[in-house]
Amino acid sequence: MTCVVHARGLRYSYPGHHEALRGIDLRIVHGERVAVLGPNGAGKTTFMMHLNGLMMGDGELEVAGLTVAKGTLAQLRARVGVVFQDPDDQLFMPTVREDVAFGPLNMGLDRDAVHERVEDALGKVRMLHVIDRAPYQLSMGERRRVAIATVLAMDPSLLVLDEPSANLDPRARRELLEVLETIQRTMLVTTHDLPLAAELCERAVILAAGRIVGDGPCHEILADPELLAAHDLELPAGFDLAAIERRSRPRAAV
Amino acid sequence: MSGLCNHSLELTGLAGDRASAVHRLDPRAKIIGLLSVTIVAVSAPLELWPVYVACAAVLVAVAAGARVRPRDLWRRVRVVLPFVLVLGALVPFVRKGGASYDIGPLAVHEAGLAVCAAVSAKAIIGTLSAALLGTTTTFPQVLRGFEAMHVPRLFVLIAAFMYRYLFVIVEEVGRMRAALVSRGYRPRHALQGGPMGRMATAMFLRTYSRGERVYHAMLARGYNGTMPQLVPLTLRRADILFVTGVLALILSVRIVGAAA
Repeated sequence: MTCVVHARGLRYSYPGHHEALRGIDLRIVHGERVAVLGPNGAGKTTFMMHLNGLMMGDGELEVAGLTVAKGTLAQLRARVGVVFQDPDDQLFMPTVREDVAFGPLNMGLDRDAVHERVEDALGKVRMLHVIDRAPYQLSMGERRRVAIATVLAMDPSLLVLDEPSANLDPRARRELLEVLETIQRTMLVTTHDLPLAAELCERAVILAAGRIVGDGPCHEILADPELLAAHDLELPAGFDLAAIERRSRPRAAV
Repeated sequence: MSGLCNHSLELTGLAGDRASAVHRLDPRAKIIGLLSVTIVAVSAPLELWPVYVACAAVLVAVAAGARVRPRDLWRRVRVVLPFVLVLGALVPFVRKGGASYDIGPLAVHEAGLAVCAAVSAKAIIGTLSAALLGTTTTFPQVLRGFEAMHVPRLFVLIAAFMYRYLFVIVEEVGRMRAALVSRGYRPRHALQGGPMGRMATAMFLRTYSRGERVYHAMLARGYNGTMPQLVPLTLRRADILFVTGVLALILSVRIVGAAA
């Protein structure tokens, strides 16, 4: 099975010597959906920023078949799609169409192919009807889905989502979840929305103070209240893990 | 999303029939055509009224072609025009020459009146042509026009990001104000303005870090220093005809008028 993410001893310190990542070892294979759980300040976003070379720490990191280094950045960014937490940061073009086209155009595709990809990606997140609207005219849930389309249009082999359910009302969250469940791609989701992780991902990793402190099948990790409590995580009161059923399975490993 | 959604149609700035021939013109054609109307009107000698009439005729034709209602135009020009006209209205009192008429303690001079009329005509033509560009062309289209006309990319980018994030920033300022007010902040004089200053600082820092995050998001999707264009602008026959028609009319009136 091919590896999509392979980190060995990954470390990163912010200027001012705050150590955000203290030796991360992680393997993610093709087709897996992995939730990266952890309290605020655990290093989730820092780790995510390493996956497409926005930050570079010490240690070894291979993503989508490439060693993360200065020379591979352009290729790396075409293969790793990162959806940031605040869709307003991600949607910077005047219209949705231009925004979704931004990535594919940067990849050097010709215009016909770009148009096709834009419509295809927006269709996948069920947002084709807003193609000519401006991002500020959309609701938060709609912006989030368009933000996902902007990366899907680049056809990445790894999809990284940072807190996808943050600031969404229950209905927008449900719609987002339904969209994500239909996307057949290796996925890494950083979140502290544990029910979302339970529904979407089959594997969970707990990140605390820059280290991986738990790794296993999602339902097992979430069924361990002591492990969760030790790292400032908890399921909503009365939440029944058994009632959650993941409705789609990621594509079988290639 | 809060109130902004309600204004969204207005925010595109467009008015009139969006499918009209004027709306469909290439943004460059409209920028050049309407800008030259402004330049010719502003640079014409004060007494050359045929030029103003020709410019006004072009603007009326454009407005009619785009089916922009006078009310929509007025709503746009009323922001700027009254100030300019008030300034113009002061001229007859200051500029001396020709016959003079007494109005109470003040005297109005004929030469001043002529200047006032010409300056007002220039102001109205300039404002109207800018407003017409705005009602027939979306802001992103205007920017693309400028970019295609080789206005330095940095300026275009700055304007584009300002347009995109203005609403985000306005909302943020609104939230910060609400937070100040709900903790009982009610400044009564200038010395109590300190919190406003700190709010501005916080706003600056937030905008700065937002800029950083947006840049990261751009890099993450392969940004390499140039903004890619999805649909390249193409000049069609209608665009060429529009520009040459407008230029031919106003320049000929201008040149013939000056020679006469």
